[in-house]
Amino acid sequence: MSTALIEVRALRKAFGRQRVLKGIDLSIAAGSSVVIFGPNGAGKTTFLRILATLSKPTSGEVRISGVNVKDNPEGIRQYLGLVTHAPLLYEDLTAQENLRFYARLYGMKDAEPRIQELLERVGLWHRRHDLVRTFSRGMVQRMAIARALLHNPPILLLDEPDTGLDPQAAEMMTGLLREIGGSQRTILMTTHHLERGLELADRVLILVGGRIVFDQRADAISYERLRPIYDEYVGEGAVT
Amino acid sequence: MKHYLQVVWVILWKDLRIELRSKDVFTSMAVFAVLAVMIFNFAFELRVPDKTVVIPGVLWVTVTFSGILGLGRAFISEKDRGSMAGLLLAPVDRSAIYFGKMLASLVFILVVEAFLLPLMVVFFNTNFLSLPLLLILFLGTLGFAVVGSIFSALAVNTRTREILLPVLLFPIMLPVLMAGIRATIGFMEGDTLADMMKWFRLIFFFDILYVVVAYLTFDYVVEE
Repeated sequence: MSTALIEVRALRKAFGRQRVLKGIDLSIAAGSSVVIFGPNGAGKTTFLRILATLSKPTSGEVRISGVNVKDNPEGIRQYLGLVTHAPLLYEDLTAQENLRFYARLYGMKDAEPRIQELLERVGLWHRRHDLVRTFSRGMVQRMAIARALLHNPPILLLDEPDTGLDPQAAEMMTGLLREIGGSQRTILMTTHHLERGLELADRVLILVGGRIVFDQRADAISYERLRPIYDEYVGEGAVT
Repeated sequence: MKHYLQVVWVILWKDLRIELRSKDVFTSMAVFAVLAVMIFNFAFELRVPDKTVVIPGVLWVTVTFSGILGLGRAFISEKDRGSMAGLLLAPVDRSAIYFGKMLASLVFILVVEAFLLPLMVVFFNTNFLSLPLLLILFLGTLGFAVVGSIFSALAVNTRTREILLPVLLFPIMLPVLMAGIRATIGFMEGDTLADMMKWFRLIFFFDILYVVVAYLTFDYVVEE
């Protein structure tokens, strides 16, 4: 039986008068891959930022491994890796310097073998001495995944990681994410892309207007069935 | 504690490394400082018989105005390139991020001062440099970097961030700036170190106060 690694209870977030999350309850098992679909403004990014301790909820709570994130945010961050559409990298540092910088931020000792392993895994070891500003968008996103996995976090949060990628680069990234998933890592990803999201998911959620309106196991639903359901919640033609 | 200091150091190293490659911040600060000294020099040449009387004002105005260019970039550059979240995800007390960024800004301003002071000696044709004056300038710059960095982090999420930084910073910096200018005037008029101790104490007190307040508030400042 799988245990809940992430527990979200009555989570609400408002920016001034604008209520972005309107009460989210969610339990995510260790080792699962959960994909959240939703239109722009649904609250997906806000939700992931709260899980990543980058934003504080207005009310409700988030527990990771049974620990309330507001009680020990520094400790919780060690468990998290985050990939967003912004790569969180420095263009004027080389690929290797970027990973060394993040390794020191995470207090990693003897990080060089891990840096080499990850750069080889994302196919950028031969470009390790090149400045990130010389990389293509697809290479930057692969670097972003290497950065997020550097400290080997058990939870990987991905906020629309395929934004701005051409189909070939997006396909390569999907393959990479499939490779790094598996039973040892819990993945929570947001995306607009139903087909690509379904490929990676064990479980599918649809978030609309700050509420989870759909929650089902991925093997119980096909793309052909999911699409009209999504269209109904989100509005015809909103899905890519 | 070791990890905390390591984070401070690695952020300082990262900012210096990036600046050595891009030279974005230093170039704009140095060019501004040189132009300001030149303009002051030409402006006072016609009217002021003894230019040494205007040196304290020129020095501190140039340092603060060029310094604000660097301080403004400290957190804006992280925000604009989207790397701020990467720093905030570090499993360490967030004040370590603040101190790393603050020390980088302090180094940038001190390097500009190292260019500025000899330039002022040449332009104003007076050797006004002394060890106590350099010390008071260092303490004033430290206070400026401490307060400027926290307000830079505060302003970064606002739409009027370039305007907001000086508007917030200068009133808070007033005690340090006034004490710095008074001490500089005192040294140039030949006052003894003992006479100047009150200004040293005042600047030192405010530096400590600013550091404590910045340490306690940074987490709230960067919070969404």
